[in-house]
Amino acid sequence: MRKPGIKTLLVILTLVVFAFTVVGCGGGGTDTPAPAGDEKVKVGFIYIGSPGDAGWTFAHEKGRQFLLDQVPNVVTEVVENVGDADAERVLTQLAENGNKIIFATSFGFMDPTINVAAKYPDVTFLHCSGYKVADNVGTYFGRMYQARYLSGLVAGEATETNKIGYVAAHPIPEVIRGINAFTLGVREANPEATVRVVWTNTWYDPAEEKNAANALLDAGCDVIAQHQDTPGPMQAAEAKGKLSIGYNSDMSALAPKAIMTSAVWNWGPYYVETVKAVIGGTWTSSQYWGPMSDGITALAPFGPMVSDQTKNLVEEKKALILSGDWDVFTGPIKDQAGELKVQDAQVMDDGAMLEMMWFVEGVEGSI
Amino acid sequence: MKIGLITLEKRAAPSPIMAVMVPVVSVFMALLVGAIFLKITGREPLPIYFEMFSRAFGTRYGLSETIVKSIPLMLAGLGVAVAFRMQLWNIGGEGQLFMGAFAATWVALSFPDQAAYLLLPLMFFAGCAGGAVWGLLPAIPRAYMGVNEIITTLMLNYVAILWVEYLVYGPWKDPHGYNFPLTAKFTAGAILPTMGDSRIHAGLLFGLTIAVVLWVVFNRTKWGYEVRVIGDSPGAARFAGMNIPRNILVVMAVSGAICGLAGMAEVSGLMHRLQPGFSPGYGYTAIIIAWLAKLNPLAIVLVAFLFGGLQVGGYIVQTTGVPATMVAMLQGSVLFFILGGDILLRYRLRWRRSPDSGAPGKGVGA
Repeated sequence: MRKPGIKTLLVILTLVVFAFTVVGCGGGGTDTPAPAGDEKVKVGFIYIGSPGDAGWTFAHEKGRQFLLDQVPNVVTEVVENVGDADAERVLTQLAENGNKIIFATSFGFMDPTINVAAKYPDVTFLHCSGYKVADNVGTYFGRMYQARYLSGLVAGEATETNKIGYVAAHPIPEVIRGINAFTLGVREANPEATVRVVWTNTWYDPAEEKNAANALLDAGCDVIAQHQDTPGPMQAAEAKGKLSIGYNSDMSALAPKAIMTSAVWNWGPYYVETVKAVIGGTWTSSQYWGPMSDGITALAPFGPMVSDQTKNLVEEKKALILSGDWDVFTGPIKDQAGELKVQDAQVMDDGAMLEMMWFVEGVEGSI
Repeated sequence: MKIGLITLEKRAAPSPIMAVMVPVVSVFMALLVGAIFLKITGREPLPIYFEMFSRAFGTRYGLSETIVKSIPLMLAGLGVAVAFRMQLWNIGGEGQLFMGAFAATWVALSFPDQAAYLLLPLMFFAGCAGGAVWGLLPAIPRAYMGVNEIITTLMLNYVAILWVEYLVYGPWKDPHGYNFPLTAKFTAGAILPTMGDSRIHAGLLFGLTIAVVLWVVFNRTKWGYEVRVIGDSPGAARFAGMNIPRNILVVMAVSGAICGLAGMAEVSGLMHRLQPGFSPGYGYTAIIIAWLAKLNPLAIVLVAFLFGGLQVGGYIVQTTGVPATMVAMLQGSVLFFILGGDILLRYRLRWRRSPDSGAPGKGVGA
């Protein structure tokens, strides 16, 4: 019985392999159409994650689709799930594939972008959230803290326990700036309220983010905000009948009973403008940190639980921010120890905001 | 081991024909499964496969990048194989790799003005030492108290990763880096030389040299023989007067040192700084590589090269519109079938005709 057994197996395998070859060669015609005209401009995108239904990469993906809708003679190439260690090769491939503009959408791609850009002077590179530029490398980011402040107003109005929880990824200036702006909003609406911060030390870990949110809920927080990449914290809040504020993209569909609003990225208009500028030859390297009035950050539509009073307050402050007459980090602002960090009526400069490594008064937690 | 009507029976010696056929058929099966999914989602499998393999192995740039990718896999694979050889299940390659990178970075940041001929050897030894210490920590309780090394090596991975994160988010943060979690860039003296205009760095030489040395040690030295005897039959080894605790310490230290060297080569040859996420789990992939290569050091080099190509090719086909999830699925099915095929190579499937006609006692200790 032994030998026939093996032989039968081999025969089956061979047949299957044969079938595969037939399947592989048999079909045809379902290939995606190649770009017809030679005039099409190729634009490359590299993502740190997969778009999914919500989050950081999803917001960039929406921006890419907006670009395709708005600029007819553009085709795009996308590479997802690129780790920092793989970025240099993927960027090189995108440049080799003939992409004329490449958007690198994660901070960790900074050095690779600069390295590859030096080898491809005819390609324009745009790096999201970094600080290194070159003749053919620009950076782009948005003043998310403005939308964070507005979402803080909503949270401050909503809390009954005067305790708000904030699930945060890593202690870097971007996250800390967001927590501070949010807290300033909370305290503007409700001077009694405090914001408790829990660090997860991860950008993306649904279970860990939920755990952190649950710990905050157990400590008496009744509103959960977050700087993470999944709707986990909001879902934890919904499961306990509490409220929450989303981030990155409009997450209301994923926790509809909990989410009052989300502070969202809206990259589309920036991508359209930039691609048009490069094609038109008017682009020059710069460090773009777009204000809310450019539409790069926004507040997602309010949920039904948000009162008209809150909406009016948000509209009022939003008009002020959009007008450019006032910004979030305008003094007096004290730190956790009560020390005055921004003098009355002074406005913090961009440099100080970009390096921010301290918490404002009203935040409970440490960096 | 019995699964329903099928009995797994260990082969006395795998037949040479099967040894060649099984991997080949496994890869074909994997590609077939992938092809079905590609087809269902309206894509042509053959051009995609062609693109994947030709651009990972068939172009000069692709080949160079495949080699770059294989360096950490090769080193970490060789590292864990040393321990596996003695049936010490060192799952801590990832942590040892991080500690090697940590120690090498410490040298690079502490002596930024030194010349390469001083700095690189120092970083080399620091990397080995960092990994060796991380390998010894679980080896000591294993050697003297019999504490299971699978758990301890695994848990120490998280400690190492969090330690490195603490440093780059805290004391080692680049002072000119706007508080981002990166160390300062290494000075020229701390960077491994590369080959021509490619990114292939001297880490490749470390890997190839260690592979040859290990092959000789395993196959031609008394100590290599001892290690295998201790692994296969500790009772016999003890009876023959071999010092088992001491060998556990030595083997784990060597295993950790080679994994640590993988970390040193990554930061010094490729990243040029320490940053979180510099290893996408090389220490774990290394386990699969060592296993597939049957712990043969020379085969590890080859398997690491194939894995490098699989990963490089995976990114390439994304630009043709294949989603990343599909690529991950393709890579996963290749692994699944190769590992499955490996079972067929070492065990024979027998159909049981009646409940009592199976071959008792000869199965895989079920």
